[in-house]
Amino acid sequence: MSAAEIATPPRVGWAPPNQVLPCLMVVAVLAGLGTGFLTEAPNRLVSGAPVMLWSAASGLCSAAFAATSIGLFALSFAAPRRSLHCLAAAVAGAALAATLAAAGDAATKLAVSAPPAAAISLGTGFWLIVACVALALIDSLRRAEASAPVQLVVVVLAVACFWLMAKAGLFDALALAREYASRREAFAAAVLRHVELVAAAIVPALVIGVPLGLLALRKKRAEASIFAVLNLVQTVPSIGLFGLLIAPLSGLASAFPVLGALGVGGVGPTPAIIALVLYALLPVARSTLAGIGSVSPAAIDAARGVGMTKRQVFWQVEAPLALPVLLAGLRIVTVQAIGLAVVAALIGAGGLGAFVFDGLGQDATSLVLLGALPAIVLALAVDFLLRLASNGLRRSTR
Amino acid sequence: MIEIGGLSKSYDGRAVVSDFTLSVPEGAFCVLLGPSGCGKSTTLRMINRLVPFDAGTIRVGGADVTQVAPETLRRRIGYTIQSTGLFSHWRVEDNIATVPRLLHWPVERVRARVDELLALLRLDPAAYRGKYPHQLSGGEQQRVGVARALAADPDLLLMDEPFAAVDPITRNALQGELKRIHQATGKTIVFVTHDIEEALRLATMIAIMERGRLVQVGSPLDIVERPASDFVRDFIGVQGIGLKLLSVRRVADRVRRGESAEGEAIRADATLADALAAMIARRAERLPVTDDGAVIGALALADLVK
Repeated sequence: MSAAEIATPPRVGWAPPNQVLPCLMVVAVLAGLGTGFLTEAPNRLVSGAPVMLWSAASGLCSAAFAATSIGLFALSFAAPRRSLHCLAAAVAGAALAATLAAAGDAATKLAVSAPPAAAISLGTGFWLIVACVALALIDSLRRAEASAPVQLVVVVLAVACFWLMAKAGLFDALALAREYASRREAFAAAVLRHVELVAAAIVPALVIGVPLGLLALRKKRAEASIFAVLNLVQTVPSIGLFGLLIAPLSGLASAFPVLGALGVGGVGPTPAIIALVLYALLPVARSTLAGIGSVSPAAIDAARGVGMTKRQVFWQVEAPLALPVLLAGLRIVTVQAIGLAVVAALIGAGGLGAFVFDGLGQDATSLVLLGALPAIVLALAVDFLLRLASNGLRRSTR
Repeated sequence: MIEIGGLSKSYDGRAVVSDFTLSVPEGAFCVLLGPSGCGKSTTLRMINRLVPFDAGTIRVGGADVTQVAPETLRRRIGYTIQSTGLFSHWRVEDNIATVPRLLHWPVERVRARVDELLALLRLDPAAYRGKYPHQLSGGEQQRVGVARALAADPDLLLMDEPFAAVDPITRNALQGELKRIHQATGKTIVFVTHDIEEALRLATMIAIMERGRLVQVGSPLDIVERPASDFVRDFIGVQGIGLKLLSVRRVADRVRRGESAEGEAIRADATLADALAAMIARRAERLPVTDDGAVIGALALADLVK
């Protein structure tokens, strides 16, 4: 048996060339048929009863969803080529739009006959369908080997489409949108605060973490102790670390009132930022070590051999060659910090986590989502942008 | 050009180079030859102070190397290594311009020098200037590595097994280029290799090392004809060395221009070994020599042993 035969497993005669798409579509259709697309509750605090897709949404929306699903299913049996993958991506995009429209349309219809206090929320079926369709879109784009600018255009189109639907009032009947409408200003402030927390943590984490990584690289003996400490910090649960910082910081603030006036205290943003920095140090130091360590020894030898000073070797050769790895590390750290900053709301740091914990306290799922969804979107956006940047660098510097 | 006296270096008490003394005259092509781990690379790297030495003196162009800052010293000495060490995030142009830019040459002068060097290494400047190292073949990368070493027009070039990692055909071409550049520029070159045929082909002087010590210095012919010890004899493999020599020299080197001979001609770029084989096969002591189809002279049997 040749290597090529081993590498590609033999295809069963009836199996389609693309086996991902049909699986996703089967799950999406089953979710649409078998689980509640929306839930309707008499008020926002009790859990609702499921409402099925076909019974709530207009025939047009249901038909659009069915047509795109069947279309994607059929496309997966055609011979794979680039134009086909592009077509599949377009159909998946249309399916995503149809699902969102169906949710808004169904909620609007339900709201007409429901009492004013009724809460219409997104149900299991909606989330499963959105997940399947979004995965189908991503899978098709990957198969089409979409370039970075194309990916960017797709993201911008998706955001614009969502924004237009929201602007047209399509989602106004949904509980999530109602929670947003009643907290419009608090929401903007929370997003801003969240970004501030993350930025205020990432900058010092880089300023401290990169030199720590370099120290570990240059002095092998320091490496073990540096990473022992950083690993230990990483094992402390985040809520525990936030709690641990309360006592020493409030002590500091009462001993030095100047610090208190500057905003240092046991609760609030200061302990949150300190904890986020501590968590970010390990990945920053690790990726510095890995990045600079991966620079070819021949390049460093040549750089010294042609007469670069140590500083020139670092800035002109080591740092630029390590940059793609460093950016990948920055990506992980930022995404991690966006998630951890949600928990920081527990100690009064504010940010999107405030909605999450308010929602948990009131048993209001839509309010939890109002905090959690933007945090997820933020993390995905940062991940996407930094991935584009590091891929771009890798391509030009390989 | 280089005066090395009593040079010694040890790592953790183990001597790598001991009491090494060698003088390399200006314009020489000196090959440091020996088996792996004999200290030849370490010796080379002590000349530009990439490796600090424990004892001894090194003078380059009359000046003690320890009396100048290592960076200043290295910018005056070209340096090429086996794996090229090209900077993969820089284009060919930037790689070649490394030392001129460290020396703050004006932009136009750097650009002119890059084009001049690309032409010298037979790479079309317009096509290669903007390429990245990963877009080049191994041989092209090594040419750029040599161009980078020559960029600031140093009088001395240090080369650490520069052609060891390329295929035999490319290596042969690169050796030819280097020989041509050496003859054209008159630079002093110190070249490390473990390949006896490469040494015989390129060197004007060969220094053979064994376990950190210099065991023989001489012209290629000296080394082949009068090996100083059994080690040298074994290392260069005297059996068949005459044929080795014939197989690395070209008919063009020995042709008697203007003379004529009978029979089927041999091409000027054939090796002397090919010529010997042809003479034996045809029972002829003289062969006509052609270059690009035109007869340029003759080659006699006696010319092979000159």
